Amino acid sequence: MARSLRLRAPSPWHLVLLPLALVMLVPLIWMLVTSLSTLAETHRFPPGLPSSLHWESYAQAWNDSPLAHWLLNSTIVSVTCVVSNLVLCSLAGYAFARIPFAGSRLLFLGILATLMVPFQVVMIPTLLIVKQLGLVDSLPALIVPNLVTPFGIYLLRQFFLSLPAELEEAATIDGAGRVRILFSILLPLMGPPLSTVAVLTFLQVWNDFLWPLVVTSSPETMTVQLGLASFQSAHFTNWPVLMASTLLSQLPVLLLFLFGQRYFVRSIATTGIK
Amino acid sequence: MTAALFPATAGRRTKPSSKKSADQRAAWGMVAPSVLLIGLFGLVPVAWSVVLSFQHSDLQTPATWAGTSNYRELMHDPVFRESIRHTVVYTVLFVPITLVCSLLVAAALNRRLRGISLYRLAVFVPVVTSTVATGVIFSWLLDPDYGIVNALLDKVGLPQSGFFSSPDSALYTMVAMTTWGWVGFGALIFLAGLQSIPQDLVEAAQIDGCTRTRAFWLIQVPLMRPIIGFMLVWLTINALQLFDEVYVTTKGGPLHATTVVVYYLYQQAFVYFHAGYAAAIACLLFVAILVITVIQIRVSRDRDLDPSG
Repeated sequence: MARSLRLRAPSPWHLVLLPLALVMLVPLIWMLVTSLSTLAETHRFPPGLPSSLHWESYAQAWNDSPLAHWLLNSTIVSVTCVVSNLVLCSLAGYAFARIPFAGSRLLFLGILATLMVPFQVVMIPTLLIVKQLGLVDSLPALIVPNLVTPFGIYLLRQFFLSLPAELEEAATIDGAGRVRILFSILLPLMGPPLSTVAVLTFLQVWNDFLWPLVVTSSPETMTVQLGLASFQSAHFTNWPVLMASTLLSQLPVLLLFLFGQRYFVRSIATTGIK
Repeated sequence: MTAALFPATAGRRTKPSSKKSADQRAAWGMVAPSVLLIGLFGLVPVAWSVVLSFQHSDLQTPATWAGTSNYRELMHDPVFRESIRHTVVYTVLFVPITLVCSLLVAAALNRRLRGISLYRLAVFVPVVTSTVATGVIFSWLLDPDYGIVNALLDKVGLPQSGFFSSPDSALYTMVAMTTWGWVGFGALIFLAGLQSIPQDLVEAAQIDGCTRTRAFWLIQVPLMRPIIGFMLVWLTINALQLFDEVYVTTKGGPLHATTVVVYYLYQQAFVYFHAGYAAAIACLLFVAILVITVIQIRVSRDRDLDPSG
């Protein structure tokens, strides 16, 4: 009976949670409100709601900048990196977990060691390497350093270690090769760890700013984050257009997050990586 | 430790040797692409950074030997000293504030309630918001003349602030903005930690007359010590690497007030083309991060081993 009473009366915790949710959401709500205001309406104090919904800023943000092109670049780079991480991390993770081969321990420790190195520390030589490869200011320059992540290999290796070896033994006796075992027998079991690798790679590459800033210079090769930053310097005080383009630039990830909240939350919670 | 990382392989020794060498080839084939890429973009740049820090380089013409002059110059560079001070102040404020806020938010979200999933969604959204978008949005919210935050401060009778445009408040504004961006992440991790603690522990304490608040600080928080230790390291590493938000909002200004170490590194390398000098900053930063990480891991491990702690 006590339980049903508790359910009916609204919990006092709403008084804590509602303001909290508002504080977290106000920046995003105000972005939306401003994007629907006119320029004049943003130049008054105190600020207020727009008189009516002005959608012009979206058209202007879309037409004045290669936003669509930047979104396309970001998508190409992110999707390529996600796919290549899924394949390469699976292959390497499996070999490190299951096949005893010469040099395995040394290689794996070497890969783990690179986890400790922040990108800021190595960005100058990374740029010089990419320059040597003749890739500066191109989409491949954005992709190549992110084709495989040490953390993904580590994560999938831990997953393969947790699988019983009997799963593969029957197939080995039947003469199936290692790669075949990996893709036909183990792949169906790898949903959760693979979705984690996919989510983390996508978030990292899509939201990355420093590397695109360092390695690209022309608007044609910019990702959406870099494009947004350059758009900001160009339209410094045109807040409606700036907010509209910020919203458009965040929309793909926000939509993915809303629909795949479960995967995002689980991926981040289990690995502790943003 | 390494023995535990690698499973016993003795059982496989009985296999015929042709099978074994085929396995070796397969394994090398499977790890080769990853090893080459990580070697090229993970290990080579570390060694190169160290070499570069003893050279003069403008990123265009071939580098020349500089001996230890980059490091010696750094010791007497007032802007570098200032950037260290800003980074330390930022880190010392950002890490504890974000840690405590995340813990409290996670505690508030850890209950069954109508609409709790909406509250969680609201708190988690900043986690996927990019640093650039965060910077652009907050530049507008905190605009000294037309921003909504100054309007609210005005309404409740508090003094307005210049926020990013004033050298006195810019660094603290940076702390507040990045805290907004990170609290959701911290709360997400801590919420997962709280949910993994068996509920009967808290219930038993409540039967013994312990209030929920006391149970939280005396039972749940100590049980989460490994997660809190991890967050401490992770937030610190990220605080020391602050860059994106500075670039988007203040560009290190006003009057160097928000010039943090990585921002200064970036300026030296890609604005002034002193790549060797910047590499020396990078190497010092790397050493600092390694030392802090090792100390924090040691401290939290010792506490975990200490039964009285």
